[in-house]
Amino acid sequence: MTESIYTWLDERLGLSDISALARHKRIPVHSQSFWYYWGGISLFLFLVQIFTGILLLVYYRPGSEAFESVRQITYVMHFGWLIRSAHSWCANLFIFSILVHMFSVYFMKAYRKPREVGWFTGIALLFLAAIFGFSGYLLPMDELSYYATKVGLQIPASIPFMGAFTTTILRGGPEVSDFTVQRFFALHVVILPLLFIPLLGLHLFLVQKHGNAVPPSEDAKPVAQRKSIPFFPNFFQKDLAMWLISLNVLALLASIFPWDLGKQADSLVPAPAGIHPEWYFMAPFHMLKILGNWLPGATGEVVGILLFTLGLAIWVVIPFYDGENKVGSRGRNAHYFGIFAVAALIVTTALGYWGIR
Amino acid sequence: MSEPTLQPEASPNATYVETESTPTRRAFVGVAAAAGLCYAGAVCYPIYRYLASPAEMAASESAVREVTLDKAQDLPLASALMFKFGSSPAMLIHGADDSWVAFSAVCTHLGCTVKFEPELNRIHCSCHGGTYDPHTGKNVSGPPPKPLTAYKVNVAATSVTVSRA
Repeated sequence: MTESIYTWLDERLGLSDISALARHKRIPVHSQSFWYYWGGISLFLFLVQIFTGILLLVYYRPGSEAFESVRQITYVMHFGWLIRSAHSWCANLFIFSILVHMFSVYFMKAYRKPREVGWFTGIALLFLAAIFGFSGYLLPMDELSYYATKVGLQIPASIPFMGAFTTTILRGGPEVSDFTVQRFFALHVVILPLLFIPLLGLHLFLVQKHGNAVPPSEDAKPVAQRKSIPFFPNFFQKDLAMWLISLNVLALLASIFPWDLGKQADSLVPAPAGIHPEWYFMAPFHMLKILGNWLPGATGEVVGILLFTLGLAIWVVIPFYDGENKVGSRGRNAHYFGIFAVAALIVTTALGYWGIR
Repeated sequence: MSEPTLQPEASPNATYVETESTPTRRAFVGVAAAAGLCYAGAVCYPIYRYLASPAEMAASESAVREVTLDKAQDLPLASALMFKFGSSPAMLIHGADDSWVAFSAVCTHLGCTVKFEPELNRIHCSCHGGTYDPHTGKNVSGPPPKPLTAYKVNVAATSVTVSRA
């Protein structure tokens, strides 16, 4: 019976091709293998975001009722606080995990030929994740989210020529208002998922197509000396174990440190003390602040944005500079640039938090 | 956890023989299944309660025993006042003969809200044409299987109180 159902489906869907693929797929084993889990962890956290996001959609109402509906979710609906807390915590863990994934890919030089498109799609996914974070942050419409959005939108607004105009369109007016919540909501639950999911599909397809990259130290070894394990079931089991650990970490954070809901946003109430962006926006925010203090007037902001954009552009196109799988000055330079980028992000983030402590 | 070992001398036909390691495997599967169930419960229970919140709130609302309608004593003759008894619609009817009655306004057929029609001296449901007697709430014609639930009415100087019979 089971046999005949399987045969029926296999003839029509080609299931045996998939199982053959699963049987033959192997994962390299070496001293840096630990970093292979972070793509899978990111994927898991994204699935949790879809799941908890849909649950929040059951009661969330954008527009003028936004704060009231989040208050209701947090204080009236059973376990609403937990679902909201899980969604907020998971958003942070998700960004953290894709950052770890990106830097491990960078330092293992997994962006080199033929994996350039995997690198580009990955960075595009990180951008979308950041916009997910920024748009989702406003949705509760409490004081903190209101001011974070107000300040955050000043950055694109300071771009010369088109900045102010496009920011006003994006914001739905000259001030953050109910209109802003409404369109950020559409962005957060419709537009971003529509872009993110196909891009993620391409990203995963490329991982499947090219297999796991090995770091240069491993690549230098003769093929006979390299070790690997089957993806299914050996690596898959470990992946699942990582997912379980992630779920446990998320459950602990979400329940022990429930996400706060502040006072309802009111543009007539002065900004509360210590207002600051989410940690993943702290570095660019603080770089702008430093340059703004050094250079007079609006020049600081503009120069800051230009410098940051330049660094980002180099980061994105690094496979075109260091694309060949060989030891040499280009590989070394890319490595130093990576260390510089990590150091700059950590130092500016730390300075940012030092400033508001 | 080791595989059950092959023991050719003990079983010449080369079948797998249970060794002392088998209970360990069974225990492992048992613990894993129990842990899986705990996780499923820990995830599903809050989600169920979360989704069921409005239903639970409605249930506690419908535990209401009586509703006081301010100024309803001024309701004109041969007219009805629609109000909510707990979470469901209800109607207070001041009859042409100065009688006071109150019913659940939920049609007993498929749950539409019914309407008092004084000119035809009936309570009518426009979904499937069911009619009820406006004095007793009895189902008179059409598909409704049962009379409308009647409430007790107490008319005071400044309000009307409707309570469960």
